[in-house]
Amino acid sequence: MNTAASANAASFRTRLFEFAERRLPALTRYKRVEVLPIRLDRRRIYVLPTRFGLMLSALLLVMLLGALNYNNNPALLLTCLFAATAYQSVFAAFAALNRLQVNGLRAKPCHAGEMLELEFHFDIAARPRRSLHLHGEDARADFDLATGDGVCLRIPAPQRGWLRPGRLRLSSQYPFGLFEVWSWLNPDFAALVYPRRENHPPPLPRLAAHARQPADRGGDELATLREYQSGDPPRNIAWKASARRGELLVKEFERPRGGEVVLDYAAQRGLAHEARLSRLAAWVYLAEATRQPYRLLLPDALVEAGLGAEHRHACLRALALAPGGAP
Amino acid sequence: MRPAAPALSPLQFRLTAAGVLAAVLPHLAHLPWLISGLVLALIALRWLQRGRGGKRLPAWVKLPLVLLFPVLIVLHYGNLFGREPGSALACAMLALKLLETENRRDARAAICFSAFVLMSALLFDTGLAITLVLCCVLVVLFAALRALESPRTQLAADVRTAAFALVGALPLAMCVFVFFPRLASPLWGAPSDTTARTGLGERMAPGTMQELLIDDSPAFRVVFDGTPPRRQDLYWRGPVLWYFDGSAWSRPEWLAAPRDDGEVRVLGPRIGYEVTLQPSARHWLLALDVPLGAPAGAVRGADMSLVSRARVDDPTRYRMVSAPAYELEPTLNPLHRRVALQLPPGFDPQARALAQRWHDEFNGNANLIIRAALDQFHEKFTYTLNAPLLGRNSVDDFLFDTQRGFCEHYASAFTFLMRAAGIPARVVTGYQGGYFNRLGAYWVVRQSDAHAWSEVWLEGHGWVRVDPTAAVSPQRVQIGAGAAAGASAPWYQARWLMEWRNRLDLVNQLWNDAIVQFNALRQQSLLTPFGINQADYPQLMAAMVLAASVLLGLFAWWVLRASPRAGDRLDSAYQLLRRKLARAGASPDATDGPLTLAARMALLLPGDAAVQRALAAYVGLRYACALPAPEQIRTFARSVRALRLPVAT
Repeated sequence: MNTAASANAASFRTRLFEFAERRLPALTRYKRVEVLPIRLDRRRIYVLPTRFGLMLSALLLVMLLGALNYNNNPALLLTCLFAATAYQSVFAAFAALNRLQVNGLRAKPCHAGEMLELEFHFDIAARPRRSLHLHGEDARADFDLATGDGVCLRIPAPQRGWLRPGRLRLSSQYPFGLFEVWSWLNPDFAALVYPRRENHPPPLPRLAAHARQPADRGGDELATLREYQSGDPPRNIAWKASARRGELLVKEFERPRGGEVVLDYAAQRGLAHEARLSRLAAWVYLAEATRQPYRLLLPDALVEAGLGAEHRHACLRALALAPGGAP
Repeated sequence: MRPAAPALSPLQFRLTAAGVLAAVLPHLAHLPWLISGLVLALIALRWLQRGRGGKRLPAWVKLPLVLLFPVLIVLHYGNLFGREPGSALACAMLALKLLETENRRDARAAICFSAFVLMSALLFDTGLAITLVLCCVLVVLFAALRALESPRTQLAADVRTAAFALVGALPLAMCVFVFFPRLASPLWGAPSDTTARTGLGERMAPGTMQELLIDDSPAFRVVFDGTPPRRQDLYWRGPVLWYFDGSAWSRPEWLAAPRDDGEVRVLGPRIGYEVTLQPSARHWLLALDVPLGAPAGAVRGADMSLVSRARVDDPTRYRMVSAPAYELEPTLNPLHRRVALQLPPGFDPQARALAQRWHDEFNGNANLIIRAALDQFHEKFTYTLNAPLLGRNSVDDFLFDTQRGFCEHYASAFTFLMRAAGIPARVVTGYQGGYFNRLGAYWVVRQSDAHAWSEVWLEGHGWVRVDPTAAVSPQRVQIGAGAAAGASAPWYQARWLMEWRNRLDLVNQLWNDAIVQFNALRQQSLLTPFGINQADYPQLMAAMVLAASVLLGLFAWWVLRASPRAGDRLDSAYQLLRRKLARAGASPDATDGPLTLAARMALLLPGDAAVQRALAAYVGLRYACALPAPEQIRTFARSVRALRLPVAT
């Protein structure tokens, strides 16, 4: 009963806000998607007293009445000083957000079901900013900005595909918690969320029949350096790096001698769509770990065989953006 | 269910506790010692308990305490309401609140309540010092609020933030203070002050003034219109005591009914002056002997003492005119004569016998009898503030046994002797003397100047003042009670200290004048320079809003002004560096970059590493990072300012 009522109230609130946004665009225009950089100024910073601020006002009223009634001027002076300090803190609160600029937003891709780490970069306009809070729907970060450091907000990424952080609320109750200033940030930004990784995937499929010969190791994509083993051709020795390390190092190239693994969507019969993608994602990591080149075959996409971080990203991206994910 | 609020960090808790302690401390002076001790102990124990990682106290600890305090307060004061019991209860509840303060909400409530308790301390003392101290305590409260707002702050930063906020708020606070319309009459009952303030009483028994004579707080201040009388002529008349019951002198009720029928013939010049009386919680007004007329709201009794209709609970200022030379009541009212000859039967037989002997010896000649009494005092008696206690026959004991005492003893004994010898006499209490404050050009009369003397009625002269104390110790009237008591003068009445206290008194007087006595009447005349003679509420409100808007605008501009951008600050430091280099002979071109300059300076001043370091630092800050930290820029600017280069010839 109670929950039903509160749900009712919540939906009423949502509808009310939606109506307000439709009818009063001036009030809400800064909630729309914007291109970075976003600079906060008086047009988009909102201020209201907090509940504590209201409580303090009530107390000040009592103090004022008492001092006036007893005609006690020192008490009145103390009350005035208390009140003036309390109310002037609204300017400090406003200054905590004013001229703050969001310069950049970065996010490392993550997998669905994990937390996406959004990294904000601010320009503080030569004024240290204290007690800032960044709220997402299910996320919150509290921080001070002494320089233009990055600030990390971890938001849940439930679904693969493009994740928009949506409307974020940047707020502060600096300095005494009497006033809350806030502004809406809705940067035009989307982070890529890879599909969920299957936890215990089966081993990789067999090598493809048409595995290539390792003669082709002359590919010039340098992947990594490894220790010299007898039999390595001298032309692959990285002389400069070896000199620095004091032992022989050999350049490894992108196309090693083994055959390639084909990660085929169509071959995963008996699994649901998302489960197939999850398995393929897990296999991508498995192939990387065992350093076997792999190619990805999806119903509407194909990633040619390869190995390395770039390649892995290309494959996971194709999996993330496969149809049926988040828009 | 909402998640539990996070517990306070140690810094947050300590600042809150410090705020609570600071709010309670000013009250300790008037709280009963048991409650003071309990409150302090609670705060200290809670501090220790929290410091050791203790958590919220269980209810079985708190509940008895919550019940204990009201009981203690009722036992001590008789009830829970009123100024003293109310503030005691508030202090106790504040300490109890600290016991259960574990999260931010509690702590904020405690801080708010602390502010209230802090303000109530001003109901007891409105002095400058206490007000300043309390304003400083506000720093603690706001620092605590700052710490509560964010768990990541540092103590020093909190205090700095709070102090800057308070200083920044001073102009607005003063503006609101000056213009906020005062109430002409209180909304609810004015506070009833039941504490005995030191001051002149309506009863005088030998020894009662002792406390007063060592109290150096100001009783009143006086500004004379013209030349003030000599110090030894400054007799400030207070209550006149007629009735002696064997142990104490008092003013009988039926004489207390003020009647303005005293007869005065002025024999010399009149002296006009203005008195500012400190609150005394009594009805007496003081005036130079003998007052002509009474100020508004007061009446002059038949015995020339002034009684205010309202009790003096606030500093009160009035103008008076007095006549130092006078003839008072040339024909004695028969009723007055009867009262002025009254003596309690069965007391002090020796003194009566002595007076009778004088009466017979001098054949009733009043002058000779007075002379005989004064001579006796002069020869055998000692003036001291440490008078021995007297027994039932207090006058006999004093006259024939102890022979040591101060004004009360002398006035009492002398008046007794006169009456016994058939001369109408009465005791006058008041103050004698005063200190001239050169800085403020006013006289301050302290409680320690309290004095008692006698008046005798002589045929053809009326009531004549006789000060028997002056016969014993003429210095008492010339330099004051403490000094006259000689060796028994406390250390704090040393001369150099008095000088300083006079200066301090001036400051206190200014404070009293400007702040404490600022009232609805003076507020109405605030707008006189703008052509409004009697400002009413709307005008005052308008003035307040206007002035406050201007101040707020200025403050907002100051807070929100664009601070110079970091890059600009870096640039200006670099420009300074270039100017210094130019003076050193580098003759920089507008197109010369820092590296060019560095190369040139290496040739000019080969040994100077500081210049190279500064230029390298600039290159690092300007070109090697996207956004240098403000601290780095400040360091760079400081190093540039500190750079000393030889000036090229």
